[in-house]
Amino acid sequence: MPVTNSGTATVTLPTDEQILITREFDAPKHLVYRAWTTPELLKRWWHANRGKVTVVEIDLRVGGTWRYVMVADDGYEVAFHGDYREIVPNERIVSTEIYEGLPEGVSEEEGATVNTVTFAEANERTTLTLLVQATSKISRDAIIDSGMEAGLQDALDLLEQTANSLR
Amino acid sequence: MARAATTTDAFNAVAEPRRRQILDVLADGERPVNDLVGLLGWAQPQVSKHLRVLREVGAVVVRDEGRQRLYRLNGHALKPIHDWVKTYERSWSERFDQLDVVLEDLKQKEKRDASDE
Repeated sequence: MPVTNSGTATVTLPTDEQILITREFDAPKHLVYRAWTTPELLKRWWHANRGKVTVVEIDLRVGGTWRYVMVADDGYEVAFHGDYREIVPNERIVSTEIYEGLPEGVSEEEGATVNTVTFAEANERTTLTLLVQATSKISRDAIIDSGMEAGLQDALDLLEQTANSLR
Repeated sequence: MARAATTTDAFNAVAEPRRRQILDVLADGERPVNDLVGLLGWAQPQVSKHLRVLREVGAVVVRDEGRQRLYRLNGHALKPIHDWVKTYERSWSERFDQLDVVLEDLKQKEKRDASDE
């Protein structure tokens, strides 16, 4: 549970409906912003080593839409889309996010999250924070659970060490 | 803006950055309240307030020794959170590791562009 972090994303749950992801990067914020908002750059990192990002559409203006599609290594396709609510270049983007495989009976309104990403620079390093605001605790918990379902269970990493340090 | 309702459990208790700072200090060992106040540089009531929340969820335990109240970390209360969030956190970590590579490229490119001028 590191407070200062570099190299590892830190995830906390500020309220019942929120997920907060924080990570520091060794780059100025205009570059982090560019990598976050440029389709051909996004394709290079969004896959998280789990597959290939096949579609990235970004219409970066308030009211504009975005859509990402990834085909995982096992052939499973996941897609997300949303629209932009607020854009402050190099500083902050507020957008909605909807997973295109929501369970039967869950409406897009219920399943959508409002994501706020901020880029804060100090000493040529950038702290990125991504706040995911869900509509309910159930929805928020489902997002975190989805990490498990995707079979992301690997054993040894830095987080394992963190867990051990909590004993 | 109204604060969203929160459940008093370990998940929320450690979501507050100041409470994580307290836990970080206690990770090095047991401390009396006065030490925490001194190390963190916050007002005593503030430290006490956060300690109370951490105690309620079992993240810290307290014992009296003479006139002092000593606090220590109880990692077991925090482990369930960590386990639950870990895989989600891991996927973001891997994604961001890739982003590091992209950023390194962009930095190099900027440097080259600057030296070309």
